[in-house]
Amino acid sequence: MKVLVPVKRVVDANVKVRVKTDGSGVDIANVKLSINPFDEIAVEEAVRLKEAGVATEVVAVSGGVAGCQETLRTAMAIGADRGILVETNAELQPLAVAKLLKALVGKEGVELVILGKQAIDDDANQVGQMLAAMLDWPQATFASKITFAQDLVTVVREVDGGLETLELKLPAVISVDLRLNTPRYATLPNIMKAKKKPLQSMTPESLEVDVRPRLATLRMAEPPKRQAGIKVGNAAELVDKLRDEAKVI
Amino acid sequence: MAVLVIAEHDNQSLKGATLNTVTAAARLGDDVHILVAGYNCRAVAEQAAKVAGVTKVRLADAEHYAHPLAENWAPLVVGLAQGYTHLLAPATTAGKNLMPRVAALLDVAQISEIVAVESTDTFVRPIYAGNVLATVRSADSVKVITVRGTGFGAAAAEGGTAPIETIQPGARTSACRFVSQELTRSERPELSGARRVVSGGRGMGSGENFKLLEEIADKLGAAVGASRAAVDAGFVPNDYQVGQTGKVIAPELYIAVGISGAIQHLAGMKESKVIVAINKDEEAPIFQVADYGLVGDLFQVLPELSQALDKLKQA
Repeated sequence: MKVLVPVKRVVDANVKVRVKTDGSGVDIANVKLSINPFDEIAVEEAVRLKEAGVATEVVAVSGGVAGCQETLRTAMAIGADRGILVETNAELQPLAVAKLLKALVGKEGVELVILGKQAIDDDANQVGQMLAAMLDWPQATFASKITFAQDLVTVVREVDGGLETLELKLPAVISVDLRLNTPRYATLPNIMKAKKKPLQSMTPESLEVDVRPRLATLRMAEPPKRQAGIKVGNAAELVDKLRDEAKVI
Repeated sequence: MAVLVIAEHDNQSLKGATLNTVTAAARLGDDVHILVAGYNCRAVAEQAAKVAGVTKVRLADAEHYAHPLAENWAPLVVGLAQGYTHLLAPATTAGKNLMPRVAALLDVAQISEIVAVESTDTFVRPIYAGNVLATVRSADSVKVITVRGTGFGAAAAEGGTAPIETIQPGARTSACRFVSQELTRSERPELSGARRVVSGGRGMGSGENFKLLEEIADKLGAAVGASRAAVDAGFVPNDYQVGQTGKVIAPELYIAVGISGAIQHLAGMKESKVIVAINKDEEAPIFQVADYGLVGDLFQVLPELSQALDKLKQA
């Protein structure tokens, strides 16, 4: 079974982003960029499937500027076999990304697409579901446990009330959540090996996909900043303040 | 043209999140309809019909709608889409699972977790873990939206007298089936809509120690939440998680115990009216957003807090 893992290059989770003073966007010049943490978990899961003999090949794909090659090399250092960069300077929104992936699924003969549930920059949480719709494949989002048996995959999902278990027929799309696995550290030998793995580059045009954005961002702003309040000395003082000052108890 | 809200429910009763979504819907059009898709869920339709501002309830009752499988619900919604300018669902795990599939089938963008409506085509949504608010405009013919409950007040549950229209169920998928679910059963209020929340982090040390928080929660009539660290460590189940990728809540009172205050956790609770932090590390980032901070050992503070709350009750 060939597995496709879309990976996104995003502002690192530890960076506190700042909005540009003119509100036109977020200032990401000189900011650290990393693989989207959820996509890293997806790559790890795909590599484990290969190690278990369930997957035959793991292909990582990323869409965006040339720098996304770094993210593909990271995926390959974890164990992906090769990478595909769909290179464009255009703003890629989820609907466009799903269309690009659909084209690649067709080209590559993929049976499983596994990706992060959301990117930590736009927090959209849409690509997996959109791709599944376009392919008319079943979807299992927010996966915390995945088990394969022939052409069936059982997925435990983290939902608001607890856990839900679904059984899907392959081919399928699975989006992964935090607790699915803990990705391995890429060892230096694997990082070196990754540099030699194949990385193919193509354009949205070559896939015949119109990637024009549908949503126009009018402006960005930081929400009102929360100020630090006061320190209290003990629990009794806290309760008094909550009752008399804050009036919440 | 009308606005359609996809109801969140458990086949017995309507969930609160639906009411916040109705409020958002009312800002987009005068005609707000609710779709109740489920199994043996007439009672939910009747509750939906009573919600203030709702002008019609559409009921699709069939066995394959018992659980919100996107493969079944999405084609149903798409089949109805023609009469609507906007399709809304609460930004719950069910809504987030469903609406992008609906949007893709309609070949339109989906707008996730709006916290404000500026006009019928312009919305505000959080990005970068809520550290940035983006105002976006859609030119698509139908807007497919999930609504963050904390951004809108709940519509009144009584006052409406909408007619209930039964609609033909759509096709049933054979590619996916519901196997089972494990839901947390509790007497306590549900975390998502609770007015008060007591939340524990890695500092709690164990699941057993969460009993200390439960005691406080019971005295306050509060829900119990947790940070990602506490869930990852196995102290409490995943549905307790408050944060960027867990639940985003805005209670009147949020008490964070043994929680350091990472960016991703703050994303889930920084809109709370009053934040209290109890932590033995005075450098913990949580103190930068707390209205009241108590630096101390939680194992000492919690029993004192419990006593102080008892005194309050007696007073």
